[in-house]
Amino acid sequence: MTHHEERQDRQRGLAFVVKSQLLTAEDVSRAMKRMAHEVIERNQGLDNVTVVGIQRGGVAIAEQLATLLGGIGQVAVPVAALDVTYYRDDIGEHPLKGASMTTLRDDLTNRTVVLVDDVLFTGRTIRAAFAALADWGRPTAVQLAVLVDRGHRELPIRPDFVGKNLPTALSESVRATLDGVWLGSGVAR
Amino acid sequence: MSIRGANLLTLDGMSREAILDVLDTAESFFEVNQRTIKKVPVLKGRVVASLFFEESTRTRLSFETAAKRLGADVVSLAVASSSVKKGESLRDTISTIDALGLDAVVLRHRSSGAALQVSRYVPHVRVVNAGDGQHQHPTQGLLDAFTVRQILAERHGVVASVSGSSLFEGLRVLIVGDIRHSRVARSDIAAYSALGAEVKVAAPGTLLPPSLEGWPVTVSSDFEEALAWADVVGLLRLQHERGTGSYVPSLSEFTSTFGLTATRVPLLKPDAIVMHPGPMNRGVEIDSDVADLPQSVITRQVANGVPVRMAVLYLSLAEKKEL
Repeated sequence: MTHHEERQDRQRGLAFVVKSQLLTAEDVSRAMKRMAHEVIERNQGLDNVTVVGIQRGGVAIAEQLATLLGGIGQVAVPVAALDVTYYRDDIGEHPLKGASMTTLRDDLTNRTVVLVDDVLFTGRTIRAAFAALADWGRPTAVQLAVLVDRGHRELPIRPDFVGKNLPTALSESVRATLDGVWLGSGVAR
Repeated sequence: MSIRGANLLTLDGMSREAILDVLDTAESFFEVNQRTIKKVPVLKGRVVASLFFEESTRTRLSFETAAKRLGADVVSLAVASSSVKKGESLRDTISTIDALGLDAVVLRHRSSGAALQVSRYVPHVRVVNAGDGQHQHPTQGLLDAFTVRQILAERHGVVASVSGSSLFEGLRVLIVGDIRHSRVARSDIAAYSALGAEVKVAAPGTLLPPSLEGWPVTVSSDFEEALAWADVVGLLRLQHERGTGSYVPSLSEFTSTFGLTATRVPLLKPDAIVMHPGPMNRGVEIDSDVADLPQSVITRQVANGVPVRMAVLYLSLAEKKEL
């Protein structure tokens, strides 16, 4: 998280209080490598694969995944950021948050999109991402990769690639980055 | 006071944070406008009424495009073919339109204070001032500041949306022409000075307001010196419809003393930014050739109108209103 993003979080009254660390940076690194191999196995290669990270937590993870895929497959894997703020179904129910940049430029028609987020929770962010992706054409397939699946789905959405399944209580919150995964309280979603 | 969940009636007294909130949000909508599908569903199902009681090309098109790109429905009133021509009062016109179920009104009117008046008629509706008489044209002030920040950010290789107001520190802005009758001047001055820029005005004495007390500006005593001083030169339109012609001896007299003519261009800093809110009187406040120079960012101002107005409608409408 950049200083600017932390400032925005404070302005929105969000604060993450750490309860315990669940994965170290090395644990995350191993999980990422496994997921990269799974992506290649599932798609029988990397032809037509585009990695799309959801702002903000999914972007760094998507970039790392694309780097790992490129290293294993010896090809450059396109990666881009997607902000789904303007596609959410809860606009107006919380204080508005500023949107981050979407860097996705290419038409996704006939591509296989690996959509990446840090934490899969209610599934509503992923629904918003589907709505957004439709504006970039018709991909052959969309697959979902998440660093942590914490349960509590409110929509029929399931991930294809999971770094770590983590049973949580609704009142808890999870911070998942390339530097590690922490359980905490404070941020509901 | 932030415009989140609120009306946008004036930039006068608006805080730096509230202005930056609009500019930063507009950066994300600028990106939306670069896409193949330049539309997001964030105001789906909302109704925006576009009420222009005074003629306009760019502001009206720009607001209506902005509302549609946010997924809102737009109802617009063509005053020339409406009951306004039969003498219907502003209040009655507004209640008629209100009965159709509106979420926001974008209002352009020849009377100063019309937007405030309408906001009192329909307190449950968000009102966005698209120009009221000689008072304010807030979205023009915001899009001018947005355009300047974007250009400076490109030059300095920084990201505009995280630069805050830093690029306005020490920036010298010169506003030239009919300050007296110009709502654009009032909104521009409020925006630039709130962001930390230094603002100077240049005009014939008759086109300055009767008093500049409380205005965060200095008056230039020498137009050509001020041109050499400025980083940004904002020209204003000589407003014939407000009788400006009678405030100057002749248009050619105005052009020779305060026009940005081709002979004055060498006085400008090489990287000066030349702006005009349009519509231009080519050959009066600006020479036709000067309007087409690379320093002139007039078409960019028009293009930036859409993302800035998207940001205004989004912030004003998407956040729940505190009643």
